[in-house]
Amino acid sequence: MTIKQPAGAGSTAVPEAGVPSWPKEDTAAGTPSGRRARRQLSPSARREQRWFYLLTSPWMIGFVLFGGGPVIASGVMSFTNWSILSSPHWAGLANYREMLHDSTFWTALWNTLYFGFGSVIVSLVLTFCMALLLNQRVRGLWFFRLVFYLPTVTSGIATALLWEVVLDPNYGLINRILAVFGIQGPGWLASTTWAMPALIIMSVWGAGNTIVIYLAGLQGVPPALYEAASIDGAGWWRRLCHVTLPMMSPVIFFNCVTGFIVTLQSYVLILVMTQGGPGNATMVLGLYIYREAFEYYNLGYASAMAWVMLVVILIITLVQFLVGRRFVHFESGRGEA
Amino acid sequence: MAVHSGIVSGRSARRAQRLLAYILLIGGACAFILPFFWMLSESLKGNKEILQYPPDFFPDGFHWDNFSQAWDSLPFNTFLLNSVVIAVLSVAGTLVSCILPAYAFSRLRARGRNVMFGLMLATMMIPAEVTIVPVFVAFNQMKLINTFWPLILPSWFGTAFFIFLIRQFLATVPRELDEAARIDGCGHVRVLFQILLPQIKPAIATVTVFAFIGSWNNLLGPLIYLRDQSKYTMPLGLQLFVSSQYVTKYNQMMAIALLMLIPVVVLFLIAQRSFVRGITLTGMGGR
Repeated sequence: MTIKQPAGAGSTAVPEAGVPSWPKEDTAAGTPSGRRARRQLSPSARREQRWFYLLTSPWMIGFVLFGGGPVIASGVMSFTNWSILSSPHWAGLANYREMLHDSTFWTALWNTLYFGFGSVIVSLVLTFCMALLLNQRVRGLWFFRLVFYLPTVTSGIATALLWEVVLDPNYGLINRILAVFGIQGPGWLASTTWAMPALIIMSVWGAGNTIVIYLAGLQGVPPALYEAASIDGAGWWRRLCHVTLPMMSPVIFFNCVTGFIVTLQSYVLILVMTQGGPGNATMVLGLYIYREAFEYYNLGYASAMAWVMLVVILIITLVQFLVGRRFVHFESGRGEA
Repeated sequence: MAVHSGIVSGRSARRAQRLLAYILLIGGACAFILPFFWMLSESLKGNKEILQYPPDFFPDGFHWDNFSQAWDSLPFNTFLLNSVVIAVLSVAGTLVSCILPAYAFSRLRARGRNVMFGLMLATMMIPAEVTIVPVFVAFNQMKLINTFWPLILPSWFGTAFFIFLIRQFLATVPRELDEAARIDGCGHVRVLFQILLPQIKPAIATVTVFAFIGSWNNLLGPLIYLRDQSKYTMPLGLQLFVSSQYVTKYNQMMAIALLMLIPVVVLFLIAQRSFVRGITLTGMGGR
């Protein structure tokens, strides 16, 4: 998994003329030898370091203004009572206490998990199968890749409206196709039970890009492993379980984590399609936060919910990591970078 | 396959297996394309046909005037211009503010580099819901609500995913290339722009297209920051079109939505080869 090796590229450089000499372990700063090394920085190395800070400064400023800074600010705001017009009042834990008794919040939290897990699990299984099929040296690979990727890049209000039309109970495509088979389709977005499954179908459609990601991963599995397994008499199914899945587990794992976070962000499309309804059937946390912040200007309460959401994401990611440690197989020494 | 099967039956089994793979793949592809087909079909239907039950799969005739009628019903020319201005300035900012840090992370050594890189990757996990309120408050204090600035400025300060993507591409370029140039006395800026960038055109293409699409499809930002209709972008215009109608005309709605997709699809077709390369290098698809 590439993400695990942030600085792999730097380790191979051999000091020579023109390349600044650098202490071998630049991560060892803080240990006695590291401190000694710091003093030994040559002028050219110090110049290189200055360039590094200069060139990364756009991101560093951005991190303070749009990343880490707002996260902390949001945490502080969550302890205040603040509508944008008045000045903030310290409220202590009041916002968090309010959340405990806010039934809409609990509905939204449940819907968020339903939507997140639903779409991640369904898309995980479906897209992985499609990628397996694509990996069989099929013809017209570029065409399939294009078709599966297209919904992801077009995802936005245009495709949200497209799905509103496709899912329409009377005039929509899906119920029209179901009618061909004599099935009376449900009310989809108009039904409290079917609205969420409908949104999950839409998000799976928009996750077709993971097929392309899986395919790239599948093509990186060394063929020698399959050959060895075949010689040992492993059939298709056992090769899948004992070669493909272990080798692919970092990619699957990565898609799970990012897929979940991406799903949480799609509340803007839900806002367009159902406004959280019918009832509160599709009210997800992101949408509720948006409502509280930008329709009712309860900035403090919105921030508190955003922080709860952040914690929920952290917990889910952590659990995925812990589960991943048991099941994810990291091929050592395979630096793609 | 059974171990004892002869060559002939083995081959036919493999052929059957491939046939099955094709059937499933084509089925899947159809499922992915069908919504787009329906969009096109609906956008060409007449006002009566759109309310016909059960609906037809194909339109009776091609009502191309749906497109012009929908476009003229709201000042979509203005919306288009606004969207283009914001997108172009955002893309320019993204390129500048992502290429420079990517070069630094890939080629320069400094104290704290690894920590910063880890921090940067971690920011990709922060949900927008958390940062959006404080950022809104900040822009509000700066009196920048109802201007394009809140939609443009953030892209001038580096986007973690794009920096990561460009860095991954840069890592594939042999270091000998820029080291030789450095020995010849080239500065960092010249090495980056004259030696390295020509080597990673696919990365630049990918970032350009992703950044454009991200800005073009952005609905949340304009929804929060823009107030006057004269400042609306295409996504807001489309939303206004839907909400301003007493009875939604699905055919005209699909026509506008289709028009909005055209630049995205064209750019994607142009850059799709680079996309695949970017996915193999980062393990991410970029959304």
